Amino acid sequence: MKIKQISVFLENKKGRLYEALKTIADRGINIRALSIADTSEFGILRMIVPQPEEAKKVLEEAGFTTKITNVVAVGIKDEPGGLAGVLKHLYDADINVEYIYAFVEKSGEKAVVVLRTNNLDKTIDLLQEKGVSLLSWEEIKEL
Amino acid sequence: MFWDQQLECIEPERLREVQLQRLKEVVKRVYEKVPFYRKKFDEAGIKPEDIRSLEDIKHLPFTSKTDMREAYPFGLFAVPLSEIVEIHTSSGTTGKPVVAGYTVKDIALWAEVMARCLVMVGATKDDIVQIAYGYGMFTGGLGFHYGAQKIGATVVPASAGNTKRQIELMKDFGTTFLACTPSYALYLTEYAKEEMGIDLSTLKLRIGSFGAEMWTEEMRKEIERRMGIKAYNVYGLTEIIGPGVAHECPAQQGLHVWEDHFYPEIIDPETGEPLPEGQEGELVLTSLTREGMPMIRFRTRDITTLHREKCACGRTLAKIERIKGRSDDMIKVRGVMIFPYQIEQAILEVQGVEPHYQIILTRPHYLDEVEVQVEMSKEIFSDDVKTIETLRKRLEKKIEQTVGVRVKVTLVEPKSIPRSEGKAKRIIDKRNLK
Repeated sequence: MKIKQISVFLENKKGRLYEALKTIADRGINIRALSIADTSEFGILRMIVPQPEEAKKVLEEAGFTTKITNVVAVGIKDEPGGLAGVLKHLYDADINVEYIYAFVEKSGEKAVVVLRTNNLDKTIDLLQEKGVSLLSWEEIKEL
Repeated sequence: MFWDQQLECIEPERLREVQLQRLKEVVKRVYEKVPFYRKKFDEAGIKPEDIRSLEDIKHLPFTSKTDMREAYPFGLFAVPLSEIVEIHTSSGTTGKPVVAGYTVKDIALWAEVMARCLVMVGATKDDIVQIAYGYGMFTGGLGFHYGAQKIGATVVPASAGNTKRQIELMKDFGTTFLACTPSYALYLTEYAKEEMGIDLSTLKLRIGSFGAEMWTEEMRKEIERRMGIKAYNVYGLTEIIGPGVAHECPAQQGLHVWEDHFYPEIIDPETGEPLPEGQEGELVLTSLTREGMPMIRFRTRDITTLHREKCACGRTLAKIERIKGRSDDMIKVRGVMIFPYQIEQAILEVQGVEPHYQIILTRPHYLDEVEVQVEMSKEIFSDDVKTIETLRKRLEKKIEQTVGVRVKVTLVEPKSIPRSEGKAKRIIDKRNLK
C-alpha cells in the first residue's frame, strides 16, 4: 500500500520550479499530485507521478538532486471532517505526521490525501484496521 | 630510537653555530654560482659577507614558486648539469613544473634525513617497507626508497595505484611499514574490507608515514584504528629536497625539522616580516647543505607554527605543527585566519562525502560575514524540511567549532557552484576593503 513519491531539491531561485517541471513534462510524464515545502532559502518539491524512476533519471540528468520515498495515499470522502477523522486515528496511536498534502480526484467524489509519517508500516496497519481506504499504486496511476 | 642521536639531540647553541657556518657557505656559493641569486642579492643590496648572524638571514630576499618557474628548467642549479645525477619535478598544475636537481651528495643527504625520519618512529632493518607513493618525477616514492634502503629495511617499491595488488603485497609479504598519502591509506582500508574481505588491522602492519597532502587528527585516529598501526605525519617539498624535511616523532605532537640541513623561519605572509617563536605564519625554508640546487628562503606557502621547547622524545630540533593551510588560500575574517581546507574538513565530517562548496565573504555593516554555500548531494538530501534544516545547523556548528568564526550555511543545488578546470573556485570576496 506504499506509494512512491519523488522529491526534488530546489533553491529559492527564479525559474528552478519551472525547470524541474519542464524536465519531466518533456519526457511526457504527467503529475498526479504535488506539493512544495519551502523555507526562505530552499524548497522541496514532492510529486506523485506514474513513472517515478524515470522522472528521477531525467531530473538527475538535468542536474537536480532527487530522492524517492514511500508515502501512503488515503481516499477520503469529500465532506467536512473526513480528514480529521483519519488524523484522529493517528493521533490516538501516537504516530507523527511529517507532512501531508491533498488533492481531489477527477470525479470529485473523493479527496486523496498523501501522508508521510514517522512510522509508515504502523500507519498502514492501523488505517486498514480502522477501515480507511488506502489507494494502491495501480489506483494512483489510474487517477 | 635515533638514527644519529648526537645530532638529533644537539645542544641548541652548538646547532646555531653549525647553522650559521652552513648559511654563510651556502649564501656565498649561490652568489658565486647562480646568476639568479646574484641578481636578486644585488638588487636587495646584500653581499654574502653581510651575513654575520643567523638573524641576518632576514635581509636575504625570498625565493618564490614564480621565481622557480622563471628559472625553468635548470636556472637554479649551482653545479654543472654533468654533476646532476637525478632530476625531479613537482606536479605543476598551474603552468610550468618546478624542477629539482640532485648531485650524488644530495641523494646521500636525502637518504640520511629520510633514515632519521624512519628510525625516529621505530623502523628497523627488520621492517618490510611498502612505498605506495608515486615513483617517477614525484619525489615521494624515491625519497622514501632511499631512506628505507639506508636503514637496511626491505623495500617493496609498489608505487601508487593498483589497490588490489597493494593489499595482496601487504598480506603476502607481511608489510610492516606503509608510506602513502593519508587519503589513500583510508581508501586502502575500505577497498580491502569491501572488495576483498580483508581487515587490514589483522595484518602485520605496525607503522605508517603519511603526507603529501593536508590531513587532520580525526583522520589519524581513523587510520590508526582501521589499520591497527601508529600513523605519523611526514613533511617535505620538491623545492627543498622532497619528503624528509620534517617528520613526527612518537610523541605525535608536531614534526621535527632536520634544521641542521633545512633552516626554518616563520613569517607573516602579508608583510614578509619574521614572526616570534610560537606564532602562526608561513613557513620559509633555506636548504643549508644542498649542492645541486640550494634554496634560499623559499616561501613554502604552508601555514604552521614553530616550537623550540625540548620534546618528550629527547630531540632538541625545532618542531612545526601539522600544516594548517596554504597562505594563498588564507582569509582573514574579523581578524581570524581561516583556511578553506578547514571548512572542507568540517563539512566532510558532517556529511561524509567530498563537498562542493564556496565561501562568500561580505561586509554589510562594518563586520565581516561568512556564508558557506554547500551543494546538496544525493547522500544528504531528504524529502523532509526538518532533516535538512538540522543538517544545515550541524554544518554551521561544526564549521564554527573548527575555524572559530560563526558562519551561515546555505544549501544550494548541485553544480550551481561554478567550476573551472574541474576545480571549484573556493572563495568569493565581496568585501569592499578600502
